[in-house]
Amino acid sequence: MQDYFYELADFAETLLRAPEVLLLGFSGEESSFVRFNRSAVRQAGAVEQRHLALHLIRDGRRVTTHLTASGDAALDRERVRKALDAARERLAVVPEDPYLHYATKVRSTESVQPNRLPEDEGQVVDAIVKAGEGRDLVGIYMAGGIHRGFANSLGQRNWFSTYSHHFDWSFHLDGDKAVKCAYAGFVWNPAEFEEKMARAKAELEALRRPPRTLEPGRYRVYLAPQALEEVVGLLRWGGFGLGARRTRRTPLLRMVTDGAALDLSVRMVEDTRGGLSAGFDEAGFLKPDRVTLIEGGELRDPLVSARAAKEYGVPANGASRRESPESLAMAGGTIPRQEVLAALGTGIFINNLWYLNYSDRDACRMTGMTRFAAFWVENGELRAPVNVMRFDETLYRMLGDNLVGLTHETELLPDVNSYGGRSTRSLRLPGALVDDFALTL
Amino acid sequence: MSSSIERLEAWFREAAPAVSFCSLRYVSERSEHVSVRRGVVEPIASGDDAGVMITVADGGGLGYAGTCDLSRAGLQRALEQAREWARRTEACAVTDFSAATLREVCQGEYRTPVALPWDSMPLPEKIDLLREQSERLHADPRIVDWDASLWHTETETLYLTADGTRVHQVLSHMIPGLGCTANDGSETASRTFGGRGFCRQGGLEVLEQTGFSEAAPVLAREALELLAAPNCPTGAMDLLLAPDQLILQIHESIGHPLELDRILGDERNYAGTSFVTPDMFGRYRYGSDLLNVTYDPSDPGQFASYGFDDEGLAARREHIIKDGILMRGLGGHLSQQRTGLSGVANSRATSWNRPPIDRMANLNLEPGDTTFDDMVRSIEHGVYMQTNCSWSIDDSRNKFQFGCERGTLIRDGELREVVKKPNYRGISATFWRNLTHVGRPETREVLGTPFCGKGEPNQVIRVGHAAPACVFAGVQVFGGEG
Repeated sequence: MQDYFYELADFAETLLRAPEVLLLGFSGEESSFVRFNRSAVRQAGAVEQRHLALHLIRDGRRVTTHLTASGDAALDRERVRKALDAARERLAVVPEDPYLHYATKVRSTESVQPNRLPEDEGQVVDAIVKAGEGRDLVGIYMAGGIHRGFANSLGQRNWFSTYSHHFDWSFHLDGDKAVKCAYAGFVWNPAEFEEKMARAKAELEALRRPPRTLEPGRYRVYLAPQALEEVVGLLRWGGFGLGARRTRRTPLLRMVTDGAALDLSVRMVEDTRGGLSAGFDEAGFLKPDRVTLIEGGELRDPLVSARAAKEYGVPANGASRRESPESLAMAGGTIPRQEVLAALGTGIFINNLWYLNYSDRDACRMTGMTRFAAFWVENGELRAPVNVMRFDETLYRMLGDNLVGLTHETELLPDVNSYGGRSTRSLRLPGALVDDFALTL
Repeated sequence: MSSSIERLEAWFREAAPAVSFCSLRYVSERSEHVSVRRGVVEPIASGDDAGVMITVADGGGLGYAGTCDLSRAGLQRALEQAREWARRTEACAVTDFSAATLREVCQGEYRTPVALPWDSMPLPEKIDLLREQSERLHADPRIVDWDASLWHTETETLYLTADGTRVHQVLSHMIPGLGCTANDGSETASRTFGGRGFCRQGGLEVLEQTGFSEAAPVLAREALELLAAPNCPTGAMDLLLAPDQLILQIHESIGHPLELDRILGDERNYAGTSFVTPDMFGRYRYGSDLLNVTYDPSDPGQFASYGFDDEGLAARREHIIKDGILMRGLGGHLSQQRTGLSGVANSRATSWNRPPIDRMANLNLEPGDTTFDDMVRSIEHGVYMQTNCSWSIDDSRNKFQFGCERGTLIRDGELREVVKKPNYRGISATFWRNLTHVGRPETREVLGTPFCGKGEPNQVIRVGHAAPACVFAGVQVFGGEG
């Protein structure tokens, strides 16, 4: 795939007319998708896709064309030729772009992981079906190669390939009570899989107790890393980019304008080095290993895309156009994971949250639901599953005034999303113990 | 008819194997996005995407393979992959796919009627149009961000089965966008063109139909007005919803819970389940007598109109809820077979790289007989909410909370002061029973969204909704932080 892309880039360069510059992006994957319901296969198949993003630049003007690449060299060369011709016609009528900005210093990189996935995926499917026997297993197994590339006519070449699996599933009881689990990695290890399955089955037993319905009010809660993933995941939506900060659309507005702060223990970084994504952006800039987003509870550096860098006159730091973190890591705290129940005492152990959105974006107040397994805990012991509840709470209370502490251990949570293609984003998060968490419905 | 389609068809007729069922679905989509943000023309982006999905059912198993390699070798490889996945899953399939797959042979064509083709306006004129709107949005220095955009797509699909089905469709989508954000210190307020919901099928005539050229000054004025507005009050009160909020209410608390694949449990690991159970169809009171909801793929200008779904089932208008009673679900042929329930032709895929699943298409709330003024007059204490900006609902599609860009208080039958950050919450199973007034056809808007997410692997799809303004009694309303 890498050779194919580089040869196509070399060919495209031969079609340029001075002083044209070409930026060429690539994304592709060969994926297997097996979907399960009631411990049986609902849909199974494979997807092979390759996409090119051609940015033709001349005299301060730029035109972008997104193309499917077939993988057939002759056909794709013809498509690129036609796309460049069409782009050239448009360049003649578009105005100069004052925010045009791309890497001009050549910095080529390569990151290629070996493919250690099982050759016979039928065995994986059989193992999943067998593990689900007698239970109600729902979920998806996704696996295969993911590739990202960048080339420009200045001679820069960047490539990223990874081969991974992500089995995301839940065991269900009647209604909406379920245990949610994931097994992601680069090697399918049957022993590891069995261990995760065994743990999930044990947790399922706790859900068989009669559920408790809580009244709206304020509760002491523990948000497991998977629950905090939804909170931080919502923050990724405009929370950390320079553009959102300068246009005052950021949900962290009060940190920008009023000096509002989170708890001193809150530290978040964009940790490209520790993440799972490619280390270059669509303009050819390399991402720094780390960008400190929040330190000591206070807002620090924003993520800056190439375009925003030019617009606001600051250096770019490899952020995508949306300036959303790809590999956000939050530092752990002081609560040992095995002591979470004791630290919670009496309250709600929330494994998963769901469908978060802002109910007051300026105040970073967000609403959402508990989902799957949430438990009522008394004196450090699980008592009963809790029926789903809605919360409505500000980040400043959740991770600020009402934050009791964070777990010492953090968990790497690869993103399971596959809109358009399989994601390489990830979060590394601790769990959070929070007082007076507002449940509203 | 393009030569690539003819070539694909010839290959498929020759290569389709002797299995229970085999289909080929070709999708080609051309798009262009033109936008002006803060007075600057953004890079013009066009797209040209094409690929094929081949599906095989055999021995009870089902397999698919999507590929962008349209060479004979690429297609053959995809066919073999689909056969292999069907073979691998024949002993562990959730249903007997060989028996359940739609076998009725169908031949058909559908094309969006287009009065003013996208290419009839040269690119510089589109840029000038957007620059003009951009200037009108930037009506005050407190407007700190603003944008105007046009997004057009033309999607061509060909669906073939080895049994002889052949469906060819060409859909043209227009998505005009306007938005502005005003700021004053720690207060930010945004107004958008219907939450970007004024999306329709057709060509540039959609701009006139939706009032695109007149909207910018109103949005700018309202964004500034919101900066100084008080918070929406808290309490139980009557709620008058504008169509650009009501479509979200329909989408989340009627559309999704009625999808048969959710009721079957397919979505429980991701999008969620449903509070609706199979025994409710034909008898469950979903809402008041005033509630009439239709699945209607036949309005040529609505965003998700088509002649056939992505499994070749012919589409026709159906009542989903009639006089408040739940009549049928939203599920294609396969889900109808699996549940034994009536459904509609809505098995749809986002593109060639995803398999079809049950999706909303055009799901509309039918107009009633109350004028807008009479609805306002009917309210002693309430709020009128416009334009969705926040949505959240539980995985059974029951406990919801929605927020809007703009609220206007209603006291003693009159619209009064504007309030900011209006939100409301409720429970689907009871909310629709408190529907007290449904607006006349002149209050109806034809809207939609290009971004409805669902499925594993994930799929985002275009959905259309048309709705009048409506009144709901006794809703829990509240505003932002103090």
